[in-house]
Amino acid sequence: MGEFKVHRVRFFDYMPSAIRAMAFNSHTERLALVRADGALEIFNFADHYFQEKVIPGQDGRAVEALCWVGQRLFSAGLNGEITEYDLENLRPRYTVEAYGGPIWTIGSNKQGTLLMVGCEDGTVKMFEILKERIQFQRNLERQKGRIVSLSWHPSGTLIAAGMMDMIRIFNAETGKEMQHDPESREVVVWSVAFLSDYTIISGDSAGKVQIWDGLTGTLVRTHLVTKWDVLCLSVSQDESSLIAGTSEGTVVQFQFISSTVDQQEEEWVRTRTFKNHSHDVRALAHTETAVVSGGMDTQLVVRPLLDKVEKNTQESAMRKIALPHRSLVCCAKKAGLLLFQFPDHLEVWRVGESDGHGEENTHTHTHTHTHTHYLILPSPSSSSLQVSKLPKDLCLGHQLCFSSDSTKLFASSRHSSVIVVALNQLECKYLHTLKPKSGESRLALFFSSSYFQLDKLSIVAIETTVTIYGSVCLQLHCTVPIYSSCPTAIAIHPTTSHLVVVHADQQIFEYSLVQKEYTEWSRKLQKQGLHSLWLERDTPVTHVTFSLKNPAHIILHDMFMFCIIDQSLPLPESKTLLYNQMTLRSLPEQERIRHSHAFKICKNFKHVMCVSLLEDHSLVVVERPLLDMMSQLPAPVRQKKFAT
Amino acid sequence: MVEHGDIRVVHRGGSKINFRKPVITNDSRFLLCASGESVKVFSTSTEECIHDLRGHTDLVTGVLIKPSNHLQAFSCSADGTVRLWDFTDGILIKTYVIGYPIFSIHASPHHEGVIFVVTPMQGDKRSGELFQLVAVHLPQSGDQLVEARELSAVLTGISSNPAATVFGRGGEYIASANGLQLEVYFFKKQKAYRFSLKEDNKKGGKNTFTCVACHPNDDCIATGHEDGKIRLWRNFNHKKEYTYSTLHWHHSAVSSLSFTPEGTNLLSGGIESVLVQWRYNQENQRDFLPRLGAAITHIAVSPDGALYCTSHSDNKITIIQSCVKVSAVIQGLVKGESVGTDLMIDPRSKSLVLNGKPGHLQFYSLQRDKLLYNLDIVQQEYIHESGLQQFEVVKAAFDASGNWLATVEERKQKGAELELNLKLWAFDEQTQSFVLNTTISAPHEAQITGMCFSHATDSQTTMLVSTSKDGHFKAWQLAAQSQTDADEGPSWSCDFVGAYHGLVPECCSFSADGSLLAVSFQEVVTVWSPASWELLTTLSQPPKAIRNLCFGRLSCSKYLLGTTDSNLLCCWNLLTCSLEWSTSMDVSLLLADPLSENMAAFCCQAGCTDLFVFKPSEPRPLFSQKAVCSGMVTRAVFAPREEMLESCEESSQWLNRSQLYFLTQYMDLMTFTTKTEEERLMASSKQLVIDDSVAMTPFYLLLGKHRQQQQGGDDPQSGVSAERTPLPQGSVAIKELLQTPAHVLPSTSFLCSMFVQSLLISVTDSREESKHAEEEMESEKEEEDSEEEIESSRTRPEQQAAVGGGEAAESAAPAMTKAQVRELRRVKKLDHSWLAGLLDS
Repeated sequence: MGEFKVHRVRFFDYMPSAIRAMAFNSHTERLALVRADGALEIFNFADHYFQEKVIPGQDGRAVEALCWVGQRLFSAGLNGEITEYDLENLRPRYTVEAYGGPIWTIGSNKQGTLLMVGCEDGTVKMFEILKERIQFQRNLERQKGRIVSLSWHPSGTLIAAGMMDMIRIFNAETGKEMQHDPESREVVVWSVAFLSDYTIISGDSAGKVQIWDGLTGTLVRTHLVTKWDVLCLSVSQDESSLIAGTSEGTVVQFQFISSTVDQQEEEWVRTRTFKNHSHDVRALAHTETAVVSGGMDTQLVVRPLLDKVEKNTQESAMRKIALPHRSLVCCAKKAGLLLFQFPDHLEVWRVGESDGHGEENTHTHTHTHTHTHYLILPSPSSSSLQVSKLPKDLCLGHQLCFSSDSTKLFASSRHSSVIVVALNQLECKYLHTLKPKSGESRLALFFSSSYFQLDKLSIVAIETTVTIYGSVCLQLHCTVPIYSSCPTAIAIHPTTSHLVVVHADQQIFEYSLVQKEYTEWSRKLQKQGLHSLWLERDTPVTHVTFSLKNPAHIILHDMFMFCIIDQSLPLPESKTLLYNQMTLRSLPEQERIRHSHAFKICKNFKHVMCVSLLEDHSLVVVERPLLDMMSQLPAPVRQKKFAT
Repeated sequence: MVEHGDIRVVHRGGSKINFRKPVITNDSRFLLCASGESVKVFSTSTEECIHDLRGHTDLVTGVLIKPSNHLQAFSCSADGTVRLWDFTDGILIKTYVIGYPIFSIHASPHHEGVIFVVTPMQGDKRSGELFQLVAVHLPQSGDQLVEARELSAVLTGISSNPAATVFGRGGEYIASANGLQLEVYFFKKQKAYRFSLKEDNKKGGKNTFTCVACHPNDDCIATGHEDGKIRLWRNFNHKKEYTYSTLHWHHSAVSSLSFTPEGTNLLSGGIESVLVQWRYNQENQRDFLPRLGAAITHIAVSPDGALYCTSHSDNKITIIQSCVKVSAVIQGLVKGESVGTDLMIDPRSKSLVLNGKPGHLQFYSLQRDKLLYNLDIVQQEYIHESGLQQFEVVKAAFDASGNWLATVEERKQKGAELELNLKLWAFDEQTQSFVLNTTISAPHEAQITGMCFSHATDSQTTMLVSTSKDGHFKAWQLAAQSQTDADEGPSWSCDFVGAYHGLVPECCSFSADGSLLAVSFQEVVTVWSPASWELLTTLSQPPKAIRNLCFGRLSCSKYLLGTTDSNLLCCWNLLTCSLEWSTSMDVSLLLADPLSENMAAFCCQAGCTDLFVFKPSEPRPLFSQKAVCSGMVTRAVFAPREEMLESCEESSQWLNRSQLYFLTQYMDLMTFTTKTEEERLMASSKQLVIDDSVAMTPFYLLLGKHRQQQQGGDDPQSGVSAERTPLPQGSVAIKELLQTPAHVLPSTSFLCSMFVQSLLISVTDSREESKHAEEEMESEKEEEDSEEEIESSRTRPEQQAAVGGGEAAESAAPAMTKAQVRELRRVKKLDHSWLAGLLDS
């Protein structure tokens, strides 16, 4: 493959914010996750845990709790508002003021007709869920302290509310308080769970998980789990397993099992302890096969339960999702500029010259928006960034793209449309809106443009559909056959005009835009199948680029490696070594050819954010080491470690 | 060579009591533990050994209370037999011959008539490592010796460790761990489930199973692991949905686990020597009992849960009352990996002194087979962690009167300088123990190779000589009185430093009268006068270095004996300063009997050790025995007897005054015994067994002796012993009836007629009648005795005296007084009512 001069960039100090709340929808297998800055992320657990959607946060909107009602997603926060999200257009649909002070918790009944929120002023407010909005119904009996946690009994008649020092049980129909289970000393009941057999399980700030009889209000068992707080609880669908997250970073599992083999009588027994976090576990979700946890250390951890999945399969591997599944770095290849996207500002850096000791980069520009909703790309030819007033229609864009001659700018807009803007030195002018055939109202997630036979093409990928438009004639060119998995990276080859699509299940397709069919190489790849080690990787490919010198080379990367696919070489057999770079080096020249295959993988770099090939054939690798990220976190709860 | 049939090598005390898990009986009064080739029964309250159940011919590998009868116990042994004992009386009831070496024994009350034993796997080349659990159906037969041939394998490929196999709730399943695999076998379904762990976890902990315990009421198996974790397994009747929780407190391997009988607590122990009590289902709450002295090897719980007992690596069993208080400690001879100090005899207590607990010297009474006390030499806290270099006692010496004790402790750390301390201890009459007098830090620059006191008993000053690898030997003397601070007592200081041509001194020895000091410098023996410190002469026997050096005693004090590395035993005559005789033998140890001229030489030949006992003046050995034990003997001692043995046989005369003890390479303490001695021992042991279950406390022995004496005194006092007619059988029958255990007695109907007959009084002399009644009364009292020991024994002397007095009066006046007749009637009535009560019951 040859050698590259590598610009190793480690100064992109991107810092994701802490995970605040989580909700799992078992029907659609989507996990909604909200971070401390209010950003909402949707993960598709059915499709290799791919981060499908991101809705950026807003200032002053700290979300405390999330709740799925069918396909609809509601959130509530300390600003006292309830928000429903528009998951197609990736924005909040509307907000409703609850008038009860900060909201600590939100929940819905099993039927999906009512929504309740627990407020600072001690009220539990019920909202009726209508088709388009929610409407306030009534208040339950007002309490003295704030309502920190709520749980609805599956039958819908009873509600357990965790408060300061006590748990109260309300009748959901009458709103009357039925009884309360007082705690002895000052504790906050951070989380409650009401099971169908009228058992209430509470987790509190005294570090206890307590099991109550909800009918009589008596304490059944106390499990002291930690010296600090138990912050969250989650019960599995079949109510046979319960997980509790603590501020020590541990997740403790309880199981409802019979004490003796033959007897039916079952009880909650503490079983496993998972320690995958260094900080507070603030949010938990118990899926059918796994424990999903997230917290202050910003990582989302999916820990499969080994008794529910097949051993030694891809499913049984633990996943830690630390970096977003999209590219936050752009590279202007000619100018050698790097654009880093932060949640609230942009940074532009120029790739400098190295004297052999280290990289010299100059920070050229910082561009600050209030909240960056969209991506700005340095135009490929210009030497500096052009900033000018954009037309009004561009106010909500999620993706931006320049045409290859820098005369046009494409921006994704609502209802799957793409706005085309003409650019010149001074101003930009709205040209056209590309609209999809069908009346789908989803937002475009990816797109890219290319220069091909003087016709400019742009491609749009919406979830699993990839559509190609001709941008001169501004018409639909063709649609790539639909594949079941989400595309994670898309690019058009600048010379051969082949479209390369990489999907979340690690499949790679190459589609010829001229013949409007899959290329020969892609067919061969599908026929032979990818190497099992390639398919076992657990991070998606986030960026695809091409070598200008050698058109047969495709460069792509995920979090732990970058790979150059040489289309001229044979594909690896299932039995051959995939990571063979080191063995090749030790072989003599003639042998080397026999053993080499198309996938050249380099694992020298860890936590890669971007790999790009510059015009001068040097490689830019942007890394964000996890250790750097960890060191920026606040100090965790102090813990006595053995022998310290 | 002379072979002697009547001298045998025997184990006499000091065998391991921590080899297997001890067993507490149902009434918590006795503790049974395997000890060498016998099973010892200890009293849990007084720590005394009550019975020694002898019968096995090889190592006992397991003890178990018979589940269907809590008064009997099984023991298994490597000799291939399982024996059933009545442990309260020390009677062997049955012997079951299995035919294969047995490594452990298990039983459950739910499997009647079946015991489970672990034997090596048959027909397997690797049978040295693989074991199987075999169910043995015990044949119902009245014979003493029964062959059990009905064997069926239950589990194969299990560990020989008895702690790794355990019965679950109600005997429904058996759990066995081996290596990284836990196997649970359900008897009803005849199905086994296997659960494996990975070899190491990510953090480097080793997951190997070390022990298993099952909860008595719940289906929960607790397993201990190499890395100190305890896992609680549940739902193990599923192949996949099994689950476990992990408890972690121990930093090193968990060596033993045990649930309390109700299952409320889980006990665990390991090298930390801390007993940890976990609340079942509330594992965050733990109780600790720290500082138990040494690593815990086994934990046993009494069936009523009142007593815990832990075995420790230093041959100790601790009895703990409800996890709070150590109530008793049964200490065996503490045996480490090796003995740094020689075996020594404390001249005062005549006890064996050697390394005991780390940093301690132990004083062990050989006569009573009991540890007297430990003397803390190092006086530093011992840290229970493997691989840590800590101070060790490497040398110790007593002076002739036992007034002074010298000890050397050293610590050798990697890369650091050797730390040496020489300590001198004075015997304090008031406290009856040794008190530290002088500490000399760094007495030498290198390791001390030898140390001895001057043996002269009459001389005013005591002298200590130490030799070191730094090429010097130093003489230490008690300074008369230091001038600077008068209030402090005399202390020791260096008197002389000697060297010889820069050679390294190895051994040193004083002559019996203390006038000569012999120090060996490699192949040269130098003889010095301690009075003037001049070199008197040098003796040399090239080419190899001197290994042992020893002066003759008594009539042979003119001889100096030495052994060399080149298999030579030399005897020099100090008067002529010439070699008297020499013989070629590979002597590993040479030692002199302090009470006679005899010398013992242990020779190592072809992996075995031979013993020769000889007088330096005589060419023929007094005694020789080939193949005393396997391996080399490096430690031995002559222990003086308490009372001299009168043996006329020439070959065993050398054992008359003192007894020779030696340590084998497996740290077994052995000794030589003669036939007469054995006979005497047997007789005394029979005497001890007369009484029943009363614990054999020193207090009891004292009173028992007293009573015997009184009884002895009775007879001449009454003066009628000669004319006493044989007693009716009645009292004997009662005695038999009451003292033999119920389960070995014939049926009551059979006994009854004999019993009633025995009570019928034949009309003879009235005086005899009264005597008969008295006798009965006495026998009755005797069993009262067993219940209220102290009370009755306190009242006895008065009663006895009264009876004796009455009898004396009687003999003076043959006719009975009315009062006496009345009393006799009362006694008779009393007797009958008691009998009726007995028959009713």
